[in-house]
Amino acid sequence: MSKIHVKTRINGEAAEFLCEPDETLLEALRDRLHLTGTKEGCGSGDCGACSVTVNGRLVASCLMLAAEAEGAEIGTIEGLAKGAELDVLQRKFVEHAALQCGICTPGFLVASKALLEKNPDPTEEEVRYWLAGNLCRCTGYDKIIRAVLDAAAEMRRA
Amino acid sequence: MALDEYEKRDFRVVGKRMPRPDAIDKVTGRALYGADMHVPGMLVGKILRSPHAHARIKAIDTSAAEALEGVRAVVTGADFPEIAPGEARNVRDNAMARDKALYDGHAVAAVAATSAAIARKALKLIRVEYEILPHVTEISDAMKPDAPVVQEGFVQENVPEGFSDNVISYHQYGHGDLDAGFAQADKVITRRFRTAATHQGYIEPHAALASFGADGTADLWVCTQGHYYVRQLCAEILQMDQAQLRVTASEIGGGFGGKTTCFIEPVALMLSKKAGAPVKLVMTRQEVFRASGPTVSSEIEMRMGMTKDGRITAAEAELHYQGGAFPNITVQFGAMAAFACYDLQAVQTRGYNVLTNRPKQAAYRAPGAPMAIYAVESVVDELCQEFDLDPLEVRLKNAARKGTKASYGPTYPDIGLVATLEAAQAHPHYSAPLGPNQARGVACGFWFNFGGDTSVSLSVDFDGSITVTEGNPDIGGSRVSIAMMAAEELGVPYESVRAVVTDTASLGHNEVTDGSRVTFAVGLATIKAARAAKREMCRRAAKIWGIDEDAVIWEDGCAKPAGPNAGKFEPLSIKEIAAKSSRTGGPIAGHHEVNAEGAGVSFGVHIADVEVDPETGHTRVVRYTVFQDAGKAVHPDYVEGQMQGGAAQGIGWALNEEYIYDENGRLLNPGFLDYRIPVASDLPHIDAVILEIPNPGHPYGVRGVGETGIVPPLATLSNAVSRAIGRRMYELPMSPPRILKAIKGG
Ligand code: FES
Ligand code: FES
Repeated sequence: MSKIHVKTRINGEAAEFLCEPDETLLEALRDRLHLTGTKEGCGSGDCGACSVTVNGRLVASCLMLAAEAEGAEIGTIEGLAKGAELDVLQRKFVEHAALQCGICTPGFLVASKALLEKNPDPTEEEVRYWLAGNLCRCTGYDKIIRAVLDAAAEMRRA
Repeated sequence: MALDEYEKRDFRVVGKRMPRPDAIDKVTGRALYGADMHVPGMLVGKILRSPHAHARIKAIDTSAAEALEGVRAVVTGADFPEIAPGEARNVRDNAMARDKALYDGHAVAAVAATSAAIARKALKLIRVEYEILPHVTEISDAMKPDAPVVQEGFVQENVPEGFSDNVISYHQYGHGDLDAGFAQADKVITRRFRTAATHQGYIEPHAALASFGADGTADLWVCTQGHYYVRQLCAEILQMDQAQLRVTASEIGGGFGGKTTCFIEPVALMLSKKAGAPVKLVMTRQEVFRASGPTVSSEIEMRMGMTKDGRITAAEAELHYQGGAFPNITVQFGAMAAFACYDLQAVQTRGYNVLTNRPKQAAYRAPGAPMAIYAVESVVDELCQEFDLDPLEVRLKNAARKGTKASYGPTYPDIGLVATLEAAQAHPHYSAPLGPNQARGVACGFWFNFGGDTSVSLSVDFDGSITVTEGNPDIGGSRVSIAMMAAEELGVPYESVRAVVTDTASLGHNEVTDGSRVTFAVGLATIKAARAAKREMCRRAAKIWGIDEDAVIWEDGCAKPAGPNAGKFEPLSIKEIAAKSSRTGGPIAGHHEVNAEGAGVSFGVHIADVEVDPETGHTRVVRYTVFQDAGKAVHPDYVEGQMQGGAAQGIGWALNEEYIYDENGRLLNPGFLDYRIPVASDLPHIDAVILEIPNPGHPYGVRGVGETGIVPPLATLSNAVSRAIGRRMYELPMSPPRILKAIKGG
């Protein structure tokens, strides 16, 4: 089977790659483009470690075909900081010790960013339900929730 | 006083919440985990697994797979050399079946190919001829004399008669006269408990990248809790010198004990050896559930006697644990830990270890303790209800303290259980009002904590900055704690210290990151390495000043003359000494190698409020508070994190998580959809209250904190649910159907 040529934009820059017809976006990001910040925890849409945005929408990249990224605008964890300057969410995750092993962290950050863009003033319950698709086995979520709420508060003040 | 004994002091760095060195990499996606490494010429490995719970492998035909274009190597059990009996052989036989497939998911063959697609296609071309054998997955079935035997040859001499050869080891602990003890009780109850097997549920699947050279040396990149142990096992399995195999630990995406051994690493190495190219092998989530190392399931019988004023007069427990198709020591830990919280005159535990056709268990946070202590804490609670006594009062009355002879042998030094119970009692949570259908549960927990073989090297770099080289994968913030302890001891700013985890070729042996040992043992070795460096810097200062080295002392991060007689010299800072080190004798470093003893046991107490929906049987955790003795919390954030994470895992275990097998011995729920771990919306905030009762065996008083937190939740939740519905629960998980059944009196 011959490969498919995909032209897309990733974190604001043009990117292209060749992929198999049945390859997922997650595989293409990690194995073709070596953007390994996006993680695979399950490959079945159940853990959120592979969260990216596609045209501004939060997506589990393990559930989307790479070929479907043609012409799309993809956002990954690698695009969250502006150079050396961390995004508020990243800063708050560090400050609140919202990570232990950190494997879930990129997914939580991408998903939280998508939440705060939609809803800049979420309640704790809204944060918990929005992030219910992201599994973290280390933290019990306590510090993650605090970090997201604190980031939201700081973003509202700014 | 020996230098590694506890000494009271005012801390400058330790106890603060410093930024951790790996945090930025982890929030930006730069940190490299097991599956993130790519090397030129790398092949993709995949494993074929048995669909049968128990089957003889009569023949494997790999010829069609080998003939497929792009396939570079195919490996089966026959490729691995014969080795002596022992854990390495068990690991080998678990990593790749030889004559029998022992559980659903057991590896039977592996391929390395130029792409994942080709590797997957090649697996389909491998023909395995199986003879299906009778299987057994449940403990009581496996113990029956006529049960199908999973593996012959493991039965130890002291196992009592009357069981099948699946019952392979027996362990007994205790002291005192049980009959006399029970005779003093106002009430004696006997209860049976069951807990399901659960999985550690780390989010990062196992991954290894092996590269075997033509000269017989090899490199392995792997996500593991212990790369030295990986080296030891793999070197024995592949029959090579340990020095020829260099293992580098990647960042690790969770382990909780599940990454303390090997599952795919020997296979990755063998594929690479045969293919003559690097091979990356990554488990799928389904493979993680089917073929890594879940924890044991248990059946426990518990008997306890209590006086009406709440004194436990005697207790005994019989524990039956299954941990899959290979031997393990988890039931021994369970038998040791069961009654560790109490000061008992008459106590006995008996543990039986049972083989079944399930995956080879691995450690899971305080391995063996949660289920045993769940049973103990459940009967304590039931007796409290029987006599209408306050459950924390009763625990205080019976609590182990300094001088108590523990049921597993030792006499305790300073321990923190009483202080922890008192803190729980005084906390507002314990007296807060409850709503309808709500109830409160409490329980204690315990873990031994370990020390073990540890090497640390600390170098004073020419600019006066400090590199601490250690060999334990950092699973939850240990690097920051190690760097803080180095800064504390040297009297330098935290920012000038960097702690790195190095590979097996760059530092002496380090035991696995397990047993909550790292902050204790690596911390201890770091403090001692720093002390060695300080002694050396004093010598250098003496040289610079031209005085006797005994006349120099170390104070506030500087070398100073010991007193007026030593001469008048301005103190020399680390920076100044380091800058001159090349001219005063060469680079300055300190190192320390030790088999660390003196780990301090740790106790915890949990309080949970639950609300049980009488219509659906669903349990909501409304409020949760953890109290735990950390000895000294080096970095309070990550101590709290351990306490919260352990509690969340325990809540999952208590309410929802379980391995479910069908009648053919196939695992029915090998995915996060059907094996549901707690998500953010399932949990309340988990409040963590740290107590600090110094460990007398560590210079800063540090105990381990990683494991105790998973022990109390099982009984805490069971006690809360039982009180909420007015019926005792005896089985985990307390899934809604089970609770409904209990409510209806089933
Ligand atoms: S890897 Fe995509 S949701 Fe888990
Ligand atoms: S920090 Fe380890 S899974 Fe979330």
